[in-house]
Parts: sequence; C-alpha cells; structure tokens
Amino acid sequence: MRRIRAAVTGAVTLSLLLTATACGGGGEDGGGQATKTLTYWASNQGSSLEVDKKVLQPELDEFERRTGIKVKLEVIPWSDLLNRILTATTSGQGPDVLNIGNTWSASLQATGALLPWDAKNFDAIGGKDRFVDSALGSTGAPGQDPAAVPLYSMAYALYYNKQMFKDAGIAKPPTTWDEVIAAGKKLSKDGKWGIGVEGSNLSNNIHQVFVLGKQHGADFFTADGKADFTSDGAVAAVKQYVDLMATHKIVAPGNAEYAQNQSLSDFAKDRTGMVLWQTPSQTFASQGMAEDEWGVVPAPVPAGKPGTGTATNSMVAGINLAVFKNTKNLDGALKFVKFMTSDEEQTALNKTYGSVPPVKTAQQDPAFSGPSLAVIRDTLASSAAALPQVPEESQFETVVGTAVKELFADAAAGRPVTTESVKAKLDKAQQQMPKK
Amino acid sequence: MTQTAVTPAREPAVRKATPGGARTARRSGRRRLALPYLLLLPALVLELLVHLVPMLMGLAMSFKELTQFYIRDWAAAPWSGLDNFSVALDFDAAVGQSLLRSFLTTCQFTLLSVGLCWLLGTAAAVLLQENFRGRGVLRTLFLVPYALPVYAAVITWAFMFQRDNGLINHVLHDQLGIGDSPAFWLIGDNSFWALLAVSVWKGWPFAFLTVMAGLQNIPRDMYEAAALDGAGVWKQIRHITLPSLRPVNQVLVLVLFLWTFNDFNTPFVLFGKAAPEAADLISLHIYQSSFQTWNFGTGSAMSALLLLFLLLVTGVYLLLTTRGRKTSDV
Repeated sequence: MRRIRAAVTGAVTLSLLLTATACGGGGEDGGGQATKTLTYWASNQGSSLEVDKKVLQPELDEFERRTGIKVKLEVIPWSDLLNRILTATTSGQGPDVLNIGNTWSASLQATGALLPWDAKNFDAIGGKDRFVDSALGSTGAPGQDPAAVPLYSMAYALYYNKQMFKDAGIAKPPTTWDEVIAAGKKLSKDGKWGIGVEGSNLSNNIHQVFVLGKQHGADFFTADGKADFTSDGAVAAVKQYVDLMATHKIVAPGNAEYAQNQSLSDFAKDRTGMVLWQTPSQTFASQGMAEDEWGVVPAPVPAGKPGTGTATNSMVAGINLAVFKNTKNLDGALKFVKFMTSDEEQTALNKTYGSVPPVKTAQQDPAFSGPSLAVIRDTLASSAAALPQVPEESQFETVVGTAVKELFADAAAGRPVTTESVKAKLDKAQQQMPKK
Repeated sequence: MTQTAVTPAREPAVRKATPGGARTARRSGRRRLALPYLLLLPALVLELLVHLVPMLMGLAMSFKELTQFYIRDWAAAPWSGLDNFSVALDFDAAVGQSLLRSFLTTCQFTLLSVGLCWLLGTAAAVLLQENFRGRGVLRTLFLVPYALPVYAAVITWAFMFQRDNGLINHVLHDQLGIGDSPAFWLIGDNSFWALLAVSVWKGWPFAFLTVMAGLQNIPRDMYEAAALDGAGVWKQIRHITLPSLRPVNQVLVLVLFLWTFNDFNTPFVLFGKAAPEAADLISLHIYQSSFQTWNFGTGSAMSALLLLFLLLVTGVYLLLTTRGRKTSDV
C-alpha cells in the first residue's frame, strides 16, 4: 500500500513539476548571473551555421575577456529568424541582443518589443554620427527613435561572367536595362542563359521589384503608409521583372522554382551570364569560381547612370543589431552593441562576410576599396533606397513576393503574363494585407 | 485491462488475513477506486495545458483585432466581434476566396490521399498474409517511410522533384521521353500531384501496419471453412476479410483523414512558406495568413472554422459508422 501511495504522490508531484517548468521557462537568472551573461541570436551570414559560429565565437571570447560578460551564441537560419523573433516577442522570452533583416525594422518596431535607440542609448555606443546615413534609413519608421543599429551593409550590383561575355562578343558590361536584354539575348543559346533570378524566393523578388518600382516612380506604399500595390508604376515594375523570362526569354524557365541561391551556382558553373545579387563573392569562391572570372558593375537603370530618383538601382540591404526591450542586462547589451559596432570588429566581420561596414570610420579601411566592394559602397552612398519603413513591410514581402512567384510560375509554364494578370495578382495581394 | 480485472479478485484474500478488519479494507478499497483517476491526473493536467488552454486562447484570439501592434500583449488587442469570421467567409474578396479555394483543394487532396493510402495499405497487408520467403524483409521495407523523420524524407522528395536536376524528371523526361520539356513539380498545377505522391508514400505504411494487425485477429478457421464451402480468394476477401476489418478500418480511415486534412509538414517542407495555388493545403494556408501576413486574428478565426468543420465531419462519421456496425452485428 505504502508503495502505491508513494507512487501516486510521485506521479502527482512529477506532473506538477512538469507543469511548473512548462509555464516558467526562460530566464536562467539567479540574481547576479543575469549581468554576467547575454544571449545573442545571430543571423546566418556565412555559407553555413557552422561557419558563422567559427567566425563569431573568437570575437565573443574577446568580448568576454574585456568585459567579463559571457555571450551565448545561437546562429539562426534566415527562414526561421522572423518567426523566432515573433515567438520571442509574444512570449517575452527572447535573447538580449539579436540580428534582424534591416527591411523588417519598422515591422518589428511596431510590436514594441525592441529597445528604442534614443540619444542616450546611441551615446552609450559612441553616437549616431558614426553610422552611414543610408544604413540609418532602414532602422525604423521616420520620426521615431530607431529600433536597431546597422551592423553589415549590402547592396545589389550586376555580376557578369567574363568568359561568357567574351564568347558572345559582348564588348562591355551592360549599364541599362535595354543593354541587359540585348546582352541576355546574345548569351541565351545552347542551353546557356542571359540572367538568373530566384523566382520562388519571396524576399529576393521584393528587392528586385521594389527597385524597379522606384525606377517607374512607384513605392508600393502611399506617403501615409497605406498599401498601394496596383499603381501603374508598381504593375509595370513587376511586369518588367517577370518579362525577363516571359517575353525576352533571357531567364531559364527553371529559375521559377529557385529559392536556395541556385542561380548563383548556375552562374559559377558558366550556365548563366549575369546575376543581380548582393555581395556574392564568398559564394562564388565556395563554388570554385576564381575572382578574376567574374566582373561587377552597378545594377542597371532605365537609362544613363545610377543616381537618386528614377536612377535608383538598389535597395539598402543589410543586417541590423537590435536589443530586446525586456533584457535583464541592458548595460551589458549596450556594451556588446558598442563592441560589435567598433571600428575593429566592423572591419574584421565585414571583411569576412564580404559586406560593407555601415560605420563611416571602418569603411575607410583599404579592405573595402577593392573593385567589387567599391561598387557596393558607392551604390549605398548614392543610389540605393531603403524599403518602405512601414509596420506592414514584412507582410508586403510575403504577399507581393508570392504574387511575383506565381507570375514566374505562369511564365515558366508558357502562360501569358499581361498587364491585366499582373494587376489581378497584385490586387489580390493588396486585399490580403491587414485592414487598418 | 486484464490486470485491473485480476487484482481485485486476488486482494480480498490477502485483506481477510490482515488484522484490522472491514474498515481498513473499505478504506483501501476506496483508495483503490481512486487510484486510476489519480494515475490519469498527470495526463489530464498536461492535456489541459497542452491542448485545451491553447485551443481556448486561439478561440479568444479569433474575436480580436490581432496584428503586429498587439502580439506582445495579445490580451490588450481590441475586440473585433465577428469581423475576423466575416473576412474569412467573405467569398467575394481575396482572403475568403483563397480560403475557400484552399479548403476545396484540401478536400480533394484528402479524399484521394486517404483512398490511395487505404487501398495500397490493405492490398499490401493482404498480400503479405501468406508466408513466403522474404516476407519479413518486405514488411520491414514497407515500413521505412513510416519510420523516417518527416523532414528528411520530404526534403529528399523536394530534391527529386526539382525540374532541372531532379530524379523524377530525369526518369520521366530523359529516360522515358514523356513530355516535350521537363515538367515543373514544385510550382504550378503539377504541384498537387507531387504533394499527393509524397503524402501517399508517407501515409500508406500506417494503413499497412494497422490492417496487418487487424488481419491477425481474423480466425484462420473461417477461411478454412469458406474454402471447404468452395469460396475463392475474392469471395473470401469480400465476405470474410473486409467485414472483419470493419472496426479497424473505421478508426484507420478517421485517423488518416484527420492527419491528411491537417497535414502541415509535408507541404511546408516541400514548397516552403508560399505553397503554389494548386497545392495550397489549409493548414499551410492558415499558417501563412497568421504568421506571414501577421493577421493573427483572421488566422485564428480560420482555425476555429477548421476545428468546427473537422468536429462536424468526425461526429457525423462516427454516428454513421457505429450505427452501421450495430445493425450489421445484429
């Protein structure tokens, strides 16, 4: 009998314990412990999660050596990052410091989960003036304190395969869309193709059609932040992008299902002559393509040279560093952000990842004035525009990115892509946006 | 079952021998009665926490205007009454239209998938009833899809379905010469068939396992008697095997139906966040409505509607099948 009673007591206790731990969770802070540790969610920047751990861990060890604060690192793949952040926001159990895609800044700012970077917080990391203006442009909604600080900057450029260009008799790399199409037609034969796209990658679709939208004078959102996906300019932008496959036939139909950077391997394997990308040099190298086999020029514009206004040729791409508002170690978090945005770390990390530092002083390092990174740096300085800094930005990526994916599927299947069909898809996308 | 039936019979004999008499016996008898409930308690508590509480929270969310502005403190989101439901059910607008399309696709998909899983599973189980060399190996092989982790298996399928480098097109187009150009499987209309193939591949071993277990329970002598009376294989299957499997099939079909209708993993791993229209199953559709467009309120309303539909179908199904069984038993 006693044994049974003990068993029952045990079972009930165990269940209560399980319940308690299931509800509790999270913070492992027993008083002083919290100020000695930080949790950092890093986005996947290198060719794998392991590579990122190897790159970041020595830096984190250095931080611990200087401040005595231990940083627990978790590298999160892009496909999971936004959902992980949302879950952390809902539960309140998040990391102390985290990476966010800079295009999500305003969306995540609206949740109220991120620490606002007011003057005092900026002072703690050396001041707002340290950062390049274009990078600060995608840190949150205008008129509000930024929700994050820039960490790595990137921009789109046109990469071309030198040998394929030579074989096709193309004298100089294209600078306008007409030249891209002309070069693409010369390249597209014998199983080779002009330019690569990632038709099933929603974010990439958005980056490309956003820039084309700018070139057509459209912004996808009105000045007061309402979705405006069906304006003539927006429709023309989407159609122009899909037409590279549908009308001009300079994109391989198979690209419609690409979402895992397959267009980069096609490029590295001499199957595609051009690709519009942000800082792919690491990937090219890992695919066995030597640095002198490819060239880089600014992304194309309708006519003339890249610049502001309709000659915008890239979105401001990059990664920001944010602090969770409910961190128990604000002081440590600020110290860590200061460390990561210091000249020394900025130079080291951006050099490794092939990106450009958003910190002015670090940008002066000779490592960033090579031909490939100089194009990116100049694009960021003069002709890149930030994606709309509105709370609905991340929904826009999903619904319009999906519309472009479906249009590419139509083009690949040989179905016509018309102004009407583009408009219908964009109209459907707009209706899926949350009602204000 | 057998244990609880045996113990009470054995216990009184022990108790009679102990000094202290009837009172202790009664008290411990009462405890004995409470014991099963106490043992169930942990499961009950966890069930409550893991299933019931989130379900009720989800229902509450479906009446709220839940967007990114409120996810940090969803209880503070303003009530929106039945707005979310009317958005989900407005079949003239894009959200309702795509929900309806996704629902109809899911119905079609589920009917085909469950039907094929059942057919394949039953056929394989019946064929493997007879003892022959290699039966064990085949049985094990058939269970492989069931034993593999879903993610690993489905991602392999996704590689095989790739248009330019995938195995499927290599066989169908390059070797067998089907079609003018390699087909797309992961985008466009064919994606429905790709998803169906993976779903059936993944689901039929469960049907096979269940039916095989059911077959073990059919007495051999029934077949012998039938054979003596001159019944052939088909007659035996029709008049002995299938009717005897009825209770097993009743559960099997219901479970397969619920699993397939709610399947999230297969389309998510196969297609990523945005499934092609032709293969936009309802679970992924609701996920996209909630987590990709951050319309958590509308997503919750869609989930509530789905729950209602599945409860209704399950209820009607159980009512029909159990009634049918009782009359047939009589």
